[in-house]
Amino acid sequence: MSRRTPRIDRNSPLYLAWRRFLKNKPGVISAGVLAILYLIALFAGFLAPYNPTTQHPDAVYQPPQRVHIFREGRLVRPFVYQLVKKRDPVTFIASYQEDTTRPTPIRFFIRQGDPYSFFGIKTNLHLFGVSEGYFFPLGTDQFGRDLLSRMLVGSQVSLTVGVIGVAISFAIGILLGGISGYFGGWIDTVIQRTTEVLLSIPRLPILMALSTVIPASWPSTYVYLGIIAVLSFIGWAGLARVVRGQVLAAREIDYVTAARAIGAPNLWIILRHITPNLTSYLIVTATLALPGYIIGESALSFLGLGIKEPMASWGLLLKDAQNFQALSLYPWLLAPGVLIFVSVLAYNFFGDALRDAADVRSID
Amino acid sequence: MWSFVFRRFLVAIPTLLLISVLIFGVIQLQPGGFLENMLDDPRVSRETVETIRKQYGLDQPVWVQYLNWLKRFAQGDFGYSFLNNRPVAGLIWERLGWTVFLAVLTILTTWVVAIPLGIYTALRRHGLGATVVNLIGYFGLATPDFLVALLLIFAVLSSGGTNVGGLFSPQYIDAPWSWEKFKDMLAHLWIPLIVIGLDGTASIMRQMRANMLDVLTQDYIRTARSKGLAERVVLWKHAVRNAINPLISIAGLSLPNLISSTIIASIVLNLPTIGPFLYQSLLDKDQYVVMALLMLSAILLMIGNLLADLALAWADPRIRYE
Repeated sequence: MSRRTPRIDRNSPLYLAWRRFLKNKPGVISAGVLAILYLIALFAGFLAPYNPTTQHPDAVYQPPQRVHIFREGRLVRPFVYQLVKKRDPVTFIASYQEDTTRPTPIRFFIRQGDPYSFFGIKTNLHLFGVSEGYFFPLGTDQFGRDLLSRMLVGSQVSLTVGVIGVAISFAIGILLGGISGYFGGWIDTVIQRTTEVLLSIPRLPILMALSTVIPASWPSTYVYLGIIAVLSFIGWAGLARVVRGQVLAAREIDYVTAARAIGAPNLWIILRHITPNLTSYLIVTATLALPGYIIGESALSFLGLGIKEPMASWGLLLKDAQNFQALSLYPWLLAPGVLIFVSVLAYNFFGDALRDAADVRSID
Repeated sequence: MWSFVFRRFLVAIPTLLLISVLIFGVIQLQPGGFLENMLDDPRVSRETVETIRKQYGLDQPVWVQYLNWLKRFAQGDFGYSFLNNRPVAGLIWERLGWTVFLAVLTILTTWVVAIPLGIYTALRRHGLGATVVNLIGYFGLATPDFLVALLLIFAVLSSGGTNVGGLFSPQYIDAPWSWEKFKDMLAHLWIPLIVIGLDGTASIMRQMRANMLDVLTQDYIRTARSKGLAERVVLWKHAVRNAINPLISIAGLSLPNLISSTIIASIVLNLPTIGPFLYQSLLDKDQYVVMALLMLSAILLMIGNLLADLALAWADPRIRYE
């Protein structure tokens, strides 16, 4: 017992669950996709070719530039052509055309533009970029800001809102749901009524109303925290209900009775004895609840009630595509939608896989 | 059964009271307000605003305001829209028709499409058709409604169509009903139907598929087959009939989603429903409108859940509310 054995216990529940998870191909792929997405969010400043707030007035609504690797029939290092703006003499609509006389090679690990901060280090090193002219892989918006850079930096907001929101909801949900299920009586009634109230107002209208409580004069970082608070305020109710049901069942188990008999404090019993027993169940519920937060944030930001400039989030970026004219003339503005879709889908598959892996009943 | 309905109503009253407190509280927490914003207009003097404030009792303590609002709301007087200079009830009433029309039509379409698809994908589990349908289902569940709307608008616009936004082409909006107007409406209607109904269809379809797969392995299905019943009878009378019951309670649970979807779809597609009205009122802090709409949506949700419970009792003879 005293010596640590490096051998894995092949019959431990965790190991068996891990094996079941690995057999679920969509789940494993989704876990990989999520890992990549979060790494992208972490290194967004480095991966983005431009500063997300830098405006390029001479490249407004510029379409995505194609990367070429052949020039005059020969394979060369990747380059792009600069786009020149032309105006239709009759309609005055601007259109961009490739200037094939000016190839601009893409350079890697290039230092340019305003410095960004990475864990406190100020640097202006970017993975790729061009030393003259512009390279906008996904085009620009109405102020000539690089859409790819804004998407990458926006992923920091969109991907963290869900995680932080679920974490806060869970903290409240476990505590109140645990208290509600453990004590019963009038505390239970009060908490149950509260969750019922929160659950019986349709989600989007109350989210919209709550987000208008955030003052317009707040800086965007406060607004970000405010949006998380709004999402958690609505989100904890469903989780508390789930936890309560589980605690009601766990309350009668012998070791809980034993803990009570030796005089352990009630809160200690809830958090130390009952909750760990529900861990796998809670992790699965949290994962499956996450996409709702991502979609909620994107919907609020899309409506102009969520994250505000100069911060970026995927929903806020899609707001630019809201009017029909912009949508038909500048379809590349829809690109952030791909990331919402991919991240929500990945969380759905990942959550399903976790549920299947954690489900003990699936053994027999 | 009536005693069950009655009891549900009694239970709903305290919940509704708490909801009204929450809604009123949220609106009170909003910084500024419509009357404060009026002061930005140099033609409006502080005295005018104070007079209006007094007229609507907004100068009284918060709890008096709350009680007044609640009393009037219970009597069917939803208050006054400062933005439109009209009572709220009339404004809501004008938009209610299209809202209910869209919601009911979406529910019907959702079920008519989702149930057969659920049965189909359960029976042909590994077929090409089922795989395609399942992929569309995953797409529907993972895409926010507003994104579906944007994609559809883009698809229509880029294929040369113009029937996006609103429910009618401009020339038909005020025209009397005619066959042409009806056709024009149908040409517009499919986009909101898909936008609002896609995620609901996907989830009901998946649920139906799971239920069917569950039911098909039951003993009574084997018994039915072994006593020589036609496969058609086994499928529709034994399997489908039982697989559909759990879905009825899902119908009640899917109502909040439906309301949320209708709101956001209407804002993006510019439909003449409650959605854009709520949105605009929120932005302008037109407080009575917002409170009335939030209360009504909560009441609607409760009625929907009650109806779902009753429908379940009607469809499933094992459930009795005594």
